[in-house]
Amino acid sequence: MTQPDLTRRGFLARSALIGCSLAASPLLTPVSFAATPWDNRLVVIILRGGMDGLDVIQPVGDPAFAALSQSGRARKPLPLDGYFALHPALAPLVPLWTAGELQAVHAVSTPYRNKRSHFDGQDLLEAGTVDLAAGTGRDGWLNRLLQTVPGAEAETAYAIGTDNGMILSGDAPVSRWTPESDLTLSPQAVRLARRVMQDDPRFAAALDQAFLLADSDGDPLAVTGGQREMMSEMMQDMKAARTGSAAQRVADFTAGRLRADSRIAAFSITGWDTHDNQQAGIGRALAELSRTILALRDGLGPVWAKTTVLTMTEFGRTARVNGTGGTDHGTGGAMLLAGGALNRARVVSRWPGVDEAALFDRRDLMPTRDIRAHAGWVMRGLFGLERSVLENSIFPGLELGDDPGHLA
Amino acid sequence: MTFQPELAAIRFGCGLSPVIAPPSSPQVILRSLDLPDDIATRFPVEPFELYLKRLQYQNRLRELQRKAKSDADRKEAREALQKLRRTTRDESTLWFVSTLGRRAWTQVPFRERLTQFWADHFTATGKGGVMMTAMASYIESAIRPNVSGRFENLLAAAVSHPVMLHYLDQDNSAGPNSARAKKSNGKVGLNENLAREVIELHTLGVSANYSQTDVRELARLFAGMSFEPARGFVFRENLAEPGTKTVLGKTYGKGPAETGDISAVLRDLARHPSTARHLSTKLARHFISDTPDPGLVADMTDRYLETKGDLAAVYEVMLTHPTAWSEEAPNVKQPLDWMGSALRALAVPPAQLKAIKPGKVRQMFLQPLALMGHNWGRPDGPNGLPEDDSAWVSPQGLAARLQWAVSVPTLLMPDLPDPRDFVTTALGSRATDNTRFAAKAAETRWEGVGLVLASPAFQCL
Repeated sequence: MTQPDLTRRGFLARSALIGCSLAASPLLTPVSFAATPWDNRLVVIILRGGMDGLDVIQPVGDPAFAALSQSGRARKPLPLDGYFALHPALAPLVPLWTAGELQAVHAVSTPYRNKRSHFDGQDLLEAGTVDLAAGTGRDGWLNRLLQTVPGAEAETAYAIGTDNGMILSGDAPVSRWTPESDLTLSPQAVRLARRVMQDDPRFAAALDQAFLLADSDGDPLAVTGGQREMMSEMMQDMKAARTGSAAQRVADFTAGRLRADSRIAAFSITGWDTHDNQQAGIGRALAELSRTILALRDGLGPVWAKTTVLTMTEFGRTARVNGTGGTDHGTGGAMLLAGGALNRARVVSRWPGVDEAALFDRRDLMPTRDIRAHAGWVMRGLFGLERSVLENSIFPGLELGDDPGHLA
Repeated sequence: MTFQPELAAIRFGCGLSPVIAPPSSPQVILRSLDLPDDIATRFPVEPFELYLKRLQYQNRLRELQRKAKSDADRKEAREALQKLRRTTRDESTLWFVSTLGRRAWTQVPFRERLTQFWADHFTATGKGGVMMTAMASYIESAIRPNVSGRFENLLAAAVSHPVMLHYLDQDNSAGPNSARAKKSNGKVGLNENLAREVIELHTLGVSANYSQTDVRELARLFAGMSFEPARGFVFRENLAEPGTKTVLGKTYGKGPAETGDISAVLRDLARHPSTARHLSTKLARHFISDTPDPGLVADMTDRYLETKGDLAAVYEVMLTHPTAWSEEAPNVKQPLDWMGSALRALAVPPAQLKAIKPGKVRQMFLQPLALMGHNWGRPDGPNGLPEDDSAWVSPQGLAARLQWAVSVPTLLMPDLPDPRDFVTTALGSRATDNTRFAAKAAETRWEGVGLVLASPAFQCL
């Protein structure tokens, strides 16, 4: 078992060093699966910018599709099920499809309509509500999921990266970190920093977590020695933060946490807002996405079999390619799912068609199902949630509907 | 709740300085905006007019590369292009140092704060080649000279700027009935990116009452706005859309499309009541509190409308309102505000700052800033930085600030101040028992100074 990532030795060193209360720390809870609410894992990747679902999962079987896409969408997509085909930049994920570990959902969206703002669209996707006027504040649906589970602790869920996404914000404690962060201080400075931060509880709480995480990444928080040792340690941290790809670092960190006590992780990938010369931009973003998914699979090892990865975006893009080889903000789009917990490879869709009369506003792919229903059924399968909890607490206002059958 | 010099220097300035006195009244702060911009000369940033030369040179080299007759010629052109990009990238790090140096040494710190506020409101940057590092020059030429005039002038300068036209894909957008679109058989056409963000982010705000049709009509009006490295902004008539366009119920452009129609629609958007409310709310949230007093926002909105968007008049309402001086729930400084105020409190000598090599600028400033959540020159999107304090008080953000505070000042200044004195220099009457204790008990100067800079009192506005 790999969970004593936070080792006994590390814990003793820390308590001697810091010498103050860690009563609220997850480290004091015996590390075992009994202490965590579930054994299954969920990773949510937010694709910021609005992914063009019609380019990523192309409806090549729809006769109206070809006319929409001239010169903007990828040519020679990879066949999936005869009707839908995969963007060639996702070729690295074909082995997952073959192994039954990749699915797509098409023509879905959040309840967001008409204004097509990235920022409101992302807020609504992360809030998981019907509209932003509902006054949920900065309360995300993954956080509300944690609120329904008595055993959840801060370590149960991780928001990773520097962008502080709202999806995990809320009353339930969660952990936040980015793998590039590290801290090296003298033991005395560690004590004094805690004291200084007591002046403001928000800062004190953030510092507690920063110290725990900085100390659990393999190199210690507190270093004794002179300025030279300290500086060299810090420069090494900075160098380490720059080696390899960001996708790899985030995936490695996420996999490490999920192999230990964490069950839920969320982070985001940007680069989907392809108004202009779409193939250049979306190619890079899809390469980043496939690297991330494969690194998660490799890093999770046997735990991959218990894992589902959901990739969700704020909206799809216009059905027609625009005047500059790209696509503008739209409505319906696609979601990709990956993981060993899926039952088989398939594209799930109530396909609306893309001839002009079938489009939303005569411009966007018509959403035929709420994306939250798919996320809801996945969570019901992974975590055994009641239908009423999903429809009332996690996704208020959602009609969960029939089981699309994503999981084994 | 009345004016206090120290609070004014922190909340509306770049923090306390051991050598520059805080302002004595709101009027002093407001009048300072009329002073000549001396600090910009002391800490220069390349104006965009000069930056265009780099783009011209890039175009010439690209052409040479394309037309090269031999592999050797092609290689030479390619290497010259790489060198141009490298030197531009390196020089752009020095413009970042100037941005910080201005904060450390300016007598008009409110101008620095306003410049960053509006630069963030009109977030734009390059997306490839030499353009990648154009942000500082864009801010210098389009934003900085316009922060205290009419909003409609600032709006026009930002929206028509080559960096904005490039960032939000306006430069190739063609009206569906333009000469160019007709010739292309439907291959080229409209791109609505800039039009949407002008309405949603720059003027009315997303909660205002507008429709997809308004976005589309504004995009039709904007078609034609473009730029050339040799001339800067150009209006390409072959991309412009003929005929009338109706935005928010008002019709523009009866004759052939022209830039006058664009100026008119921008002026109308700038003077719209929703814009007045949106901008007033954002200013109050940025400078005062995440939850500003509704009375303050209403007063600012009224003044905005009375003066047709005279920004100096709106700032006056903000600075003379009693709730501007409330110490309850102050904002947390954004990373650049925090880092700049640290250099100001330390009074890092200008020569020391200017001597830092580009690689070190990245290592000592730009990478730590990115870990704090502000990727300078590489924004995540056109909506700019979050205003919510919760975005800045995260474990990873705080770790980055603490690490920077204990390590970088000592690299900049071998002779750091005594931490026991520095508590007062940096915090004034805000110094708490805990910060005083930490400054005294720290084992080294650099940790003592770092703990003061990382303290909650120093991190708040």
